[in-house]
Amino acid sequence: MKLYNGGKIITGLVIFLGIFLAPLAYNAGKAAYTQPKLKMPENEKECIESKEFMRTKHMQLLDQWRDWALRGEGQRFYVNSKGKQFEMSLQKTCMKCHTNKAEFCDKCHNDASVTPYCWDCHIQPEGLKK
Amino acid sequence: MNHTRRNFLKFAGLTAAGLCVASAGGALAVSGAGSKIKDGDKALNAKRWGMVIDTKKVGTKESIDVLAKACHAAHNVPDIPGKQNVKWIWADSFEHAFDQPNNYMDEGLEKREFALLCNHCTNAPCVRVCPTQATYKRADGIVAMDYHRCIGCRYCMAGCPFGARSFNFMEPRLHLDLAKLNKEFPTRMRGVVEKCNFCVDRLAHGKQPACAEASNGAVVFGDLADPASEVRKLLREHYTIRRKPALGTEPGVYYII
Repeated sequence: MKLYNGGKIITGLVIFLGIFLAPLAYNAGKAAYTQPKLKMPENEKECIESKEFMRTKHMQLLDQWRDWALRGEGQRFYVNSKGKQFEMSLQKTCMKCHTNKAEFCDKCHNDASVTPYCWDCHIQPEGLKK
Repeated sequence: MNHTRRNFLKFAGLTAAGLCVASAGGALAVSGAGSKIKDGDKALNAKRWGMVIDTKKVGTKESIDVLAKACHAAHNVPDIPGKQNVKWIWADSFEHAFDQPNNYMDEGLEKREFALLCNHCTNAPCVRVCPTQATYKRADGIVAMDYHRCIGCRYCMAGCPFGARSFNFMEPRLHLDLAKLNKEFPTRMRGVVEKCNFCVDRLAHGKQPACAEASNGAVVFGDLADPASEVRKLLREHYTIRRKPALGTEPGVYYII
C-alpha cells in the first residue's frame, strides 16, 4: 500500500492533533474544577426553596416572580412549599439575606461566564459607587 | 390485532399529543412543589384606582416640588438638567395642562400651577401602541410598566397626549445621588421609558402613594368605583376637571379647580 502525499498528510495530522489536544495538555496536572466557596447568610439557614432547587432553578424562579408580581393579579407574595411567606422581590427579599453580591452572586456567575443584567437596574446590597 | 393505516395514525397522533402535554407540564412546573402566590396581608385593592388633586391647596411650584421630591426619592428618579430630564410628577400652568386657553382668565387661576402626572387612562394609548407589552393595564386601572421588556422605541411617548413619559437618554445613575437611593426600589437603565406607577409597590404594603402622603391631604387617592370612597366624596362635593377629556382616554386623575 502506498500513501500518496504521505509526508504532508502525516505532518498535517500531527499539527491538527497537537492543536486539538493543546487544551488538555495545558490543563494537565492542574487541580480539577471546584465549585466556588460562597459567603452564605449568617442569620438564615434556609432559602426560599431547597438548596438544590435554588442552585439549579433560581433564574427561572426569579423570572416567574417578576411576571407574577407585575402581571396578572399583581399578587406580590410567594408561599413556598413549606408554607413560609416571602415578598417576590429581588431587592427586598433575596438581597436582604444575601447581603453581598460580590461574595455570592458574582462568584458563580463569573465562573460560569454568565452576565445577568439584573444589576443594570436593581441596586446591589453593597450600594452603588461612582 | 389488525394493523391498518387508520390504527397506526390514531396511535401516532395520541403519542404526539401525550408528548406535547408532558413537555408543557414540565416547562410550567418551575417553582417549588406546593408553592402558591397571594396578596400581601395589608395590600390595598380597588376596582379602579384614581386620584383627586385639590389645586387650591397644592397650586404653587414650591408645593408641587414637595410632592415631586417625595415621589422621585421613593422611585430613584434622576434629576437631569436640560431637556433630557426624567419626571414622574411635575408642575405646569393651566393653559398647558388643560388645553383651554382663555385670554381673560381670573388671575388666581392664571398664576396657579398644576401637579401633572400619568393619568392612568382607562383607554390608555401608550398601552395600545407598545409593541412588546412592556406597558400594560392592570385589572385595578393602573397603567404599569415592565422595564425588563421595554426596548426604548418611544411609541408610548408619541402616543401619550399628556407628556407623562420620560426617556432615559443616558444612564440615569449618573444623575442620582447614589448615597440616598431607595434600596427597596430599582433604578432604570439607559434606553428605557419610564413614568409614574401610582405607587403600585407601596399599595402592595398598604401604603398610600408617596405624593398623596407628602401632600397633607391635598392629593387624595382611592377607588373611583366605590361610591363610599374618599375620592368619590370629593368628586361629589367639588367641581372637578380632567385633562383633555375630548380625546376619550378617560384619565383617572381629577383636578379640583
